[in-house]
Amino acid sequence: MADLLNEIKEAVIDGLQKVVPGKVQAALDAGIDPETILNEAMIKGMSEVGQLFEDGEFFVPEMLVAARAMASGMEILKPRLIQADVKSAGKVIIGTVQGDLHDIGKNLVGMMLEGAAFEVVDLGADVSPEKFVEAVKENGAQIVALSALLTTTMPSMKATIEALETAGLRDKVKVMVGGAPLSDQYAKEIHADGYSPDANRAVALAKSLIA
Amino acid sequence: MAGKPLIDDIKNGKIFILDGALGTNMQLNGLPAGKLNEEWVLEKPEIPLKIHSDFAEAGSDILLTMTFCANPIHLSDTPFAQRTKEINYKAVDLVKEAAKGKNISIAGSLGPIGKLMAPYGPLEPNDFYTSFAEQAKYLTEAGVDLLVLETFYSIEEGTEALKGIRSVSDLPLVVSFSFDRGTRTMMGAKPSTVAQTFTDLGADVIGINCGKGLDENTECLKMMRDATTLPLWFKPNAGKPEIGSDGKTHYHVTPEEIASRVPDWLAIGAQFIGCCCGSTAAHIHAIASRIKTA
Repeated sequence: MADLLNEIKEAVIDGLQKVVPGKVQAALDAGIDPETILNEAMIKGMSEVGQLFEDGEFFVPEMLVAARAMASGMEILKPRLIQADVKSAGKVIIGTVQGDLHDIGKNLVGMMLEGAAFEVVDLGADVSPEKFVEAVKENGAQIVALSALLTTTMPSMKATIEALETAGLRDKVKVMVGGAPLSDQYAKEIHADGYSPDANRAVALAKSLIA
Repeated sequence: MAGKPLIDDIKNGKIFILDGALGTNMQLNGLPAGKLNEEWVLEKPEIPLKIHSDFAEAGSDILLTMTFCANPIHLSDTPFAQRTKEINYKAVDLVKEAAKGKNISIAGSLGPIGKLMAPYGPLEPNDFYTSFAEQAKYLTEAGVDLLVLETFYSIEEGTEALKGIRSVSDLPLVVSFSFDRGTRTMMGAKPSTVAQTFTDLGADVIGINCGKGLDENTECLKMMRDATTLPLWFKPNAGKPEIGSDGKTHYHVTPEEIASRVPDWLAIGAQFIGCCCGSTAAHIHAIASRIKTA
């Protein structure tokens, strides 16, 4: 059992999209509990990928292929997790803020959060404060994750947080922010609950925000 | 516009003072959240004109156009989809006006598309090729003196961009990357690989802009110097932004601090020196004063 789980984990880290589903199926066939496969193989693999990124060993391409490999395995695993009534780690609404069309970073964070068993509602890029407010109302997420790449679109984060306040939703969700021009200091100043400098630390931050 | 061919000055080793940030200065001048710089090129041209003029006064030899996002793919997702040509032309006109009567060259700015190439993203190599060719054609027709690919992170995208541009324009071409993972781009590209690749592909100048801190950027500059004999372009940013008690965004690297680094950058071999996000005309003035006394 440990061997099979380890093989899945390594295949996720290596981004072997065609290999992971077969191994996940083999693990299920061998009677391994779906939740164990999720936690001990898939999430562990993505967590190592995140650490390799943070350490400067992996870059965006390696992260993307690993996330896809995990997603391909999840297609096999997900129905079994639902059957077993395994809960997600939490629900996150994610989007790139208004005026900003850059979605590479946002997509990475979304993938890493999914890789850590969060349920992710992706609103896309150039998302208005109103759309974030609507999505929180509709989806009842615990976390809203905001992304911005341009120095000129960072203020849209502030506008989004203010819109959540006005709508009376600010106490109901945690807001995390990230993107190349951001800083911890900036996050504090716009009253976000947390800032992450990269996709890996975004996962740790999301976990800590709802712990 | 430069009196004699710019490429001769470049080859003769003239030191060029570049300009500073456009985006962050647009914010200081009231650009609301959620608006592209390029929108005000059309709607409030007096603001970009003032920013360009301030840099011209501060001593810039080269001014960049406000066209970083003005490529057809990026604009296709905005209300400005049909106005790509108009934005590029107008942005060039604004710099021309700011440069009037001064010996200043106009650099057409082309930023990355913002989406990744297959297999990592939705776009094919040819999408990049045609998009950059189209924007470069407009900038060239509108009368820029050189073209600058800036804040790039992907060797593959840069390669398609260079080829697309070369299919429509013979202007001097700068290829500048952002090493925001320290001494690697987010895609993992190293300064040495960038320098070698784009030297081989026929770029005229290789460069660094934005990126991380001044120390990391200086390290990248050394790595590039070891990897190419081409002139080097250097436009680091002025640190990470913070919001002051006045509610406006501030950057921590002072003009004096930037200027104090200039002799080091010249010694390493930077031939074009300016500043990226967070810099104001005061930063450029400080760089210019230091270069003139060097």
